[in-house]
Amino acid sequence: MSETAREPVEAAVPAGTPAPFDPKIVAFFCNWCTYTAADLAGISRLKYASNVRVVRLMCSGRVDPQFVLAAFREGADGVLIGGCHPGDCHYQEGNYNALRRFELLRRMLRQFGIEDERVRLEWISASEGDRVQTVCNEMAEQVRALGPLRLGTVAKAEGEPAAPAPRAELVGQVTS
Amino acid sequence: MFRPEGDGNGHGKGPGEPIPQPITTNGGPKVGVYVCHCGLNIAGTVDVAAVVAFASTLPNVTVARDYKFMCSDPGQELIEQDLRDGLVNRVVVASCSPLMHEMTFRRATAAGGQSPFYFQMASIREQVSWVVADGEDATEKAKALVAGAVRRVALHEYLEPRTAEVRPEVMIVGGGIAGIHAALTLADAGKHVYLVERESTIGGHMAKFDKTFPTLDCAACILTPKMSQVRSHPNITLWTYSDVVGVEGYTGDFTVRVRRRPRYVREDLCTGCLACIDACVHKQGKYTDEWNEGLSKRKPIYIPFPQATPALVVVDPEACIWFKTGKCPRPCIDACERDAFDFEQTETFEEVKVGAIVLATGFKTFDASRMPEYGYGLYPNVYTSLEVERLLNAAGPTSGEIELRDGTRPKVVGIIHCVGSRDAKHNLYCSRVCCMYSLKLAHMVKERTGAEVYNFYIDMRTPGKGYEEFYDKILKEGVHMVRGRVAGVTDEAASREEEGHLVIRAEDTLIGSVRRIPVDMVILAVGIEPQPDAQDVRRMFNISCGAEGFFTERHPKLAPVSTFTDGVFLAGACQGPKDIPDTVAQAGAAAAEALAMVDRGFVMLEASTAFIDPAVCAGCHTCVALCPFGAISFDRERKVAVVNEVVCKGCGVCAGACPSGAAQQHLFTDEEIFAEIEGVLAYV
Repeated sequence: MSETAREPVEAAVPAGTPAPFDPKIVAFFCNWCTYTAADLAGISRLKYASNVRVVRLMCSGRVDPQFVLAAFREGADGVLIGGCHPGDCHYQEGNYNALRRFELLRRMLRQFGIEDERVRLEWISASEGDRVQTVCNEMAEQVRALGPLRLGTVAKAEGEPAAPAPRAELVGQVTS
Repeated sequence: MFRPEGDGNGHGKGPGEPIPQPITTNGGPKVGVYVCHCGLNIAGTVDVAAVVAFASTLPNVTVARDYKFMCSDPGQELIEQDLRDGLVNRVVVASCSPLMHEMTFRRATAAGGQSPFYFQMASIREQVSWVVADGEDATEKAKALVAGAVRRVALHEYLEPRTAEVRPEVMIVGGGIAGIHAALTLADAGKHVYLVERESTIGGHMAKFDKTFPTLDCAACILTPKMSQVRSHPNITLWTYSDVVGVEGYTGDFTVRVRRRPRYVREDLCTGCLACIDACVHKQGKYTDEWNEGLSKRKPIYIPFPQATPALVVVDPEACIWFKTGKCPRPCIDACERDAFDFEQTETFEEVKVGAIVLATGFKTFDASRMPEYGYGLYPNVYTSLEVERLLNAAGPTSGEIELRDGTRPKVVGIIHCVGSRDAKHNLYCSRVCCMYSLKLAHMVKERTGAEVYNFYIDMRTPGKGYEEFYDKILKEGVHMVRGRVAGVTDEAASREEEGHLVIRAEDTLIGSVRRIPVDMVILAVGIEPQPDAQDVRRMFNISCGAEGFFTERHPKLAPVSTFTDGVFLAGACQGPKDIPDTVAQAGAAAAEALAMVDRGFVMLEASTAFIDPAVCAGCHTCVALCPFGAISFDRERKVAVVNEVVCKGCGVCAGACPSGAAQQHLFTDEEIFAEIEGVLAYV
């Protein structure tokens, strides 16, 4: 079964080496196609790399290039964008806007020294749950092979230290 | 206290209710995090206690709890109580997908006295527990998603739920039994219905059948009264020989453009007396009769079948001599007492506004020539099941006689099940109706001809009221059942008794041997497939298709007739293979859902519309050109772009493109998304 999807990655690390690099990947999925496909992957219990954290947007056309930059700045090692197939956009043409911006963005990221393989735009329709599994696994492996993107540490060092988080006043477990 | 009754979809109270101001947060957001076990669906993989403990350390979180089923009444009550007690004023629920229960929890948040939009969901079931194998990884991912939601919800702004008016008219696309039933249900409820049918008559596939399983009642007897009701109903506008060519607008206010193809006969004058058909210069039919599956010939002027509704003749310009050569005395015109002919007719377009749309576009049968091993198209006496339905029909090409191509009666008939279904090479799915109609055909053929009938099946699937009993009855009638997939049909005889016959070669898995059975007639039980233009239709109506090409329902169990486009509903086999009882039941459900929507008169709109901060807008026009709905205009006086919120559908393309950050999207502002990105990455 697909539960073994992660295993090849882990098996590739020889015994005795320090903990393997576990990349962080931020995914921007559109509500109508790719996010629904991710739900389908869940309903179908398709196991895939846990590295991908999905941020739901209504349309891939909402993906502001700044979101991708922010993700890298905040420590992401890879960014995945998922939208509807060409011609299938719930909002007619948002995915085309995403495509256009993506090409320009990738060119700019290259100048920052961010490899092409760290960003990926993928069309995944609502019925393609298995595609979510494949793409997330591929992305995780690809970024793992590239190693960590050290950008986050630099950017963080420049920022002011985070304020101490207030503790919750009430932590309770309720049982039925 | 803001408390809309009904669900967040807006079922319940009407518009115009005063919307109270939000509770003063008095010192900033207080976020409550509620982690759901979902029985063991989440708790079986994710360490829920660890997620709660983690959540309690996050900024602004004042309450963190877990519960077995957050969507249950007591689960929702937890949220409402904490809101009422003032412990929290923002809510994060970590449970299933927002596509599942976002509305439920928005409602609970509203019931607790807050804006329903002070809520964010973290999907730790579909995104975590169901897709991450390792418990530790799953718990970490769950924490990340909760952190993202907590950071973002603190920034949510106060929004008022918006409503839009819904027009009372409904459009139904497709005039088969599904469309007919839905149209009558809505029309009887007093709503005006536009029924659009591509063929020249309504009735669809059902009108082609002779009998229906398992009761063996005649299809025409139960269908044609409904067809004439459609024709005469004051609330139904029936457009046959017409197609939908464009859909614009949005939930509650669609503008649908319909093309009406020319019949060359005026609908208001033709009475369906058929005198013109007799008068036509063609004394015999010469052109393929599509209605009879090509088993007979028709004239250039024809009516598909006697009870066609509306009973209007159609001129086929491809066949008519006048259209081909311009040289024909046109006796049809003289024969018509009503002067109904109009050879100058051209296609016309109608544009109507409707509040809801029901798609009932039906199916097509599997093309048997795609399986050459069964010899369809090669051996004349290999028929599809639909062709045999026409042979059996008293109004069909043989007036109800089962005849071979040479006019003789078959003595042995073989029916091959699952043609194109349950087959990795063609369609993996079961077409659901073939077992039952094959049994029906076996019964009918045996009754009409006395032939020996062999059914070759993989499994017998007879789930349905009276279906298994019907199977039992057919078995007792002496129909031979051979369990095994047929390898092929051939006319090559291997023995003397096979000479002059078609031979069906099949493995009989019950006796464990390969058999060769000589027959006179082969019937291929072809499966159900999506209409060839299903992809175009779904694009036009902005809905989606599954991998096999049938339209996708919003939820397979809880919203089986709705689609992801509000106001567009599904009925019948366009959603997936189904038999007549299921089709009618679904059509009734679709009509009821559409009725619920148009009868209430308004819908709640998505809150995630765009807005432009005039203080920041530089007036660059980028968004104006990008908006696919023309919702953004340019205010020349103030030199800023302005969003028309009623037209905006909330995609956020403008916000994604705005160079100055002036264009933003409610619930998806840059700040909210940045916060979520930070949350999912920097949670530890």
